[in-house]
Amino acid sequence: MRIKYVLSEVLVGLWRNVTMTIAMIITMAVSLTMLGASGLMYKQVGDMKDLYYKNVEVSIFLKTDVTEQQRTDLDAKLKGDPLVKEVLYVNKDEAYKTFKEMYQDAPDLVNVVKPDLLPESFRLKLVNPEQYKNIYDQYQGTEGVDVIVDQSRLLDKIFNVLTAIQNIALAAAVVMAIAALLLVANTIQVAAYSKRREVAVMKLVGASNWFIQAPFVLEAVVAGLIGSLLGLIALIGAKQLLFSGSLKALEGLLSPIQWSDIFLMFPLMAGVGGLISAATAWVTLRFYLRV
Amino acid sequence: MTKTYPKASRPSLDNVSVSIEKGEFVFFIGPSGSGKSTIIKMLLHEVAPNKGRVVVNGKDVTSMRSWKRPHFRRSIGCVFQDFRLLPNRTAYENVAFALEVIGKTKAVARRVVPEVLELVGLGGKEHRYPHELSGGEQQRVAVARAFVNRPLILLADEPTGNLDPDTSIEIMRLLDRINRTGTTVVMVTHDSNIVNQMRRRVVEIESGRIVRDQARGVYG
Ligand SMILES: Nc1ncnc2c1ncn2[C@@H]1O[C@H](COP(=O)(O)OP(=O)(O)O)[C@@H](O)[C@H]1O
Ligand SMILES: [Mg+2]
Repeated sequence: MRIKYVLSEVLVGLWRNVTMTIAMIITMAVSLTMLGASGLMYKQVGDMKDLYYKNVEVSIFLKTDVTEQQRTDLDAKLKGDPLVKEVLYVNKDEAYKTFKEMYQDAPDLVNVVKPDLLPESFRLKLVNPEQYKNIYDQYQGTEGVDVIVDQSRLLDKIFNVLTAIQNIALAAAVVMAIAALLLVANTIQVAAYSKRREVAVMKLVGASNWFIQAPFVLEAVVAGLIGSLLGLIALIGAKQLLFSGSLKALEGLLSPIQWSDIFLMFPLMAGVGGLISAATAWVTLRFYLRV
Repeated sequence: MTKTYPKASRPSLDNVSVSIEKGEFVFFIGPSGSGKSTIIKMLLHEVAPNKGRVVVNGKDVTSMRSWKRPHFRRSIGCVFQDFRLLPNRTAYENVAFALEVIGKTKAVARRVVPEVLELVGLGGKEHRYPHELSGGEQQRVAVARAFVNRPLILLADEPTGNLDPDTSIEIMRLLDRINRTGTTVVMVTHDSNIVNQMRRRVVEIESGRIVRDQARGVYG
């Protein structure tokens, strides 16, 4: 009977104040969608970093007038360098071949560029890609070296943008969470006020505190869970839109978001939504009902 | 014990010491603001004294933690001047509510609620809503609700304050009947008529001090 009583009180409570309930659920849903999105991006950025950084290279381009001796010296020095994991020498012909493949859609460009124009280079894989600066300092002045290009600098820029977007989503999630929290506090106060007579009688006759609080707390938790469910639906919709619909072009840049990743976000969203609601409701009741 | 409310300039109860035996019937009388309700609140563990101790049912509740209060309250019934019934519930439901929220089953309620409503003289009016009952009848419902759990103590804060003299006497008869079942009854009142008729112990309070404590006393 007590469980049934509590559950029916929850439903009645949500319905009695249905406009507030809807406002509470919507804010909660938006906040949790943002949270889920930034969680997904966190995972995405991590995956992409693994993928891209594993393949990044530092390229040391040689001057056109580099001598045989300079090239052999540099090769020996690089192979003996503890920072360097792999060294690959690319001569002019190989560079031209790669170039042709890369720009096969632009035959005009390929036609004007002759193999002789493309510099030979050493492609390095570093033990630790972060140590690019050391390599740069060490080899920049070496005879025969023209320029040193680090792909990871470029990647850093891309990832900085992605991280910024992720932080914005997270900040939006926090701001919306604060709004949701205030709405929960307000809804619970209104609910407690509309049931003040019942609460007074319950306190008088000795109903336990959890029994008095449970309907209110559960009311907030149910709203939080519905909010997280809507958030999940929003994420699913966003994936459809981004990767299957109008923004399909982005697919080349971003590694695809897995369905499993999205569904893994749900426990996080539901947990955060439920816990924040429960905690807010509980704290509000302690102040408001002094139970 | 002594109680001074926060911001109050003088104590509401000043060195009051009173002892009530199990099964006794005690009136607390005195002018408005003398501190009678404060005594009831102490016994309900709603306020704590600044000095002294409160012992209820043999237990020192002075420094009882608030989470133990609900269980403590189940051994005390309480009625007030304003009845405090739930307007959207019938007489039966009001009494059953008090049982169900402390974990009694519906089956228990079905057995004991009609019994106690019969006892307070409301047989046949179980399904009336408060607004369909007279003041005296509403107070009977309140007494039934306070008594349904068979408390050791029944506290009554001006239970006849809103009732006419004849109805008041009926409520008094009811409280007397409950007292005869062994329940201790502590009643706060202004009503000299009732006190004079009942000839029970009278504790008179003035400005927070006991000025008289008399077995089989009269008002004034
Ligand atoms: N919550 C409170 N805060 C401050 N003062 C209070 C409070 N409750 C009662 N008082 C004061 O304590 C005194 C006694 O009040 P009370 O016990 O209600 O008197 P009675 O029931 O005899 O009329 C009064 O002066 C009243 O103003
Ligand atoms: Mg009073």
